Amino acid sequence: MKKYTFTEKKDTRSGFGAGMQVLGQQNPDVVALCADLVGSLKLDAFIKENPERFIQTGISEANMIGLAAGLTIGGKIPFATTFANFATGRVYDQIRQSVAYSGKNVKICASHAGLTLGEDGATHQILEDLGMMKMLPGMTVINPCDYNQTKAATIAIADYEGPVYLRFGRPVVPIFTPADQKFEIGKAWMVNEGADVSIFATGHLVWEAILAGEQLAAEGIDAEIINIHTIKPLDEEAVLKSVAKTGCVVTAEEHNRLGGLGDSIAQVLVKNLLAPQEYVAVDDSFGESGTPAQLMEKYGLSANNIVAAAKKAIARKNG
Amino acid sequence: MEIKQLEEVASQVRRDIVRMVHGCQSGHPGGSLGCADLLVTLYFDKMKLSEKDGKVVFNMDGKGEDLFFLSNGHISPVFYSVLSRRGYFPAEEMATFRKLNSRLQGHPTTHEHLEGIRIASGSLGQGLSVALGAAKAKKLNNDDRFVYVLMGDGEQQEGQVWEAAMFGPNRNLDNVIAFIDLNGQQIDGPTQKVMDNRDLGEKYRAFGWEVMEISEGNNISAVSKGIDEAKAKAGQGKPVMVLLRTEMGAGVDFMMGSHKWHGVAPNDEQLAAALAQLPETLGDY
Repeated sequence: MKKYTFTEKKDTRSGFGAGMQVLGQQNPDVVALCADLVGSLKLDAFIKENPERFIQTGISEANMIGLAAGLTIGGKIPFATTFANFATGRVYDQIRQSVAYSGKNVKICASHAGLTLGEDGATHQILEDLGMMKMLPGMTVINPCDYNQTKAATIAIADYEGPVYLRFGRPVVPIFTPADQKFEIGKAWMVNEGADVSIFATGHLVWEAILAGEQLAAEGIDAEIINIHTIKPLDEEAVLKSVAKTGCVVTAEEHNRLGGLGDSIAQVLVKNLLAPQEYVAVDDSFGESGTPAQLMEKYGLSANNIVAAAKKAIARKNG
Repeated sequence: MEIKQLEEVASQVRRDIVRMVHGCQSGHPGGSLGCADLLVTLYFDKMKLSEKDGKVVFNMDGKGEDLFFLSNGHISPVFYSVLSRRGYFPAEEMATFRKLNSRLQGHPTTHEHLEGIRIASGSLGQGLSVALGAAKAKKLNNDDRFVYVLMGDGEQQEGQVWEAAMFGPNRNLDNVIAFIDLNGQQIDGPTQKVMDNRDLGEKYRAFGWEVMEISEGNNISAVSKGIDEAKAKAGQGKPVMVLLRTEMGAGVDFMMGSHKWHGVAPNDEQLAAALAQLPETLGDY
């Protein structure tokens, strides 16, 4: 197992804020919108340096999506930002008609996704956003794993022409990817090469997958771990190449098991290469209040759950 | 363009509307007929459009030109006819309206790359936000042209409209001239009965808009004067809201005065009766 260490923990939303600061300096067309959550989205530096290119919309997310679509018509690259729940489910039809169907170059940037939002509870803990967004034709869906990768993804999507959903989170998590990485949309990131089981993880679950890989290695199991930061378009080639080698699969995501990364992988496998697959995901339920760590434990999204799923997948392969 | 010429264009546009809707036995003639005079006056007289060698040219970014957004996308027939007659795409294409493989979808869309369309609309309540966004981009680009947008009166029942209504004046987007088609009708009946908008002028004034009215929205002379007045009110810190009183079905006597023709196509006899009231001025497609 390749050794991953970290010296610092940071929230992925701060990676977004850092990426926005870079974009503010580098790309005069980038405009930021926010619906009364500037501090949570870490936009302070961008706003301080580019006050004329920041649009405070107030608590009106539907209007924010429409404004963003309109801004593209004058050649702007709008980054529309709020919590993931309000950036997707609340404004799904606005995104569908004014952004996706209209083919507008809008970047929907969503913080506080998933259970790790914590104490606010299920009203704010969206676990369905990846599914909703990936079902929109033409929408690119990205869920990076740490501060550095979120910063790199933020910078990268400004250069990509088309609608993007960028999902990140609230809690501090280890920084284990390189600060100078180049983010390639749609290109899976090999975390660890292995032979016994393929673990495909996204977002906060990538670090848990690394911890799981270390536990498995201690028990003599050689896990391949791949970071799927881009849910759509999915790197099918990387998925199939890995599963052809290992013959069984675990998918891990901070999302409902319905409609997320696991289902995207399953669809590739069922069409091309049948293999046992185990899901590490929320089992079709809402979340609740609690600390992020408590919630990840209770809803089965920890490294231990990935270890158990890997063993089960291997047993099914061998059975 | 002279008022008389605009009236001739509007007559042809009305022929196009009823013929398109008849051709596919589907679509929304009532609101389309009611807004024909506004769209003709805007596109043929008031709006600055990009042109090359005397012909309009479509650029999605619309820099340096006036923009128009149709928020109540179901009146697509009037939009398509005006765009085509203004030169954005061939008139023959109107024969494909709402048919398979057409660029003239039931509701307007950029998806098929139809020249003149800058956003999809149909699901109501979204166009004012889009127009304000485009207006903000013009401000950022130091582009002093106007952004026009048309909404329906039934559409005012959508919540997003009021989010946008709050945004425009607070961000001083005084380059926006918005119209509400006050025809008093919606699918389920008179707007007053379905969900009374009450005093829209007072509502928008309270939100900070400059509000004015065009009481004869089917009189091109009155529409022309009204648009000039709106342009004069723009640029002074507030967006402008124009309450445009129209008659659903205007120009075809048996389609007027009722919500019945909101989304119903005429049969062969009704088409003939309608066309008999509308002189062919630019040649049918």
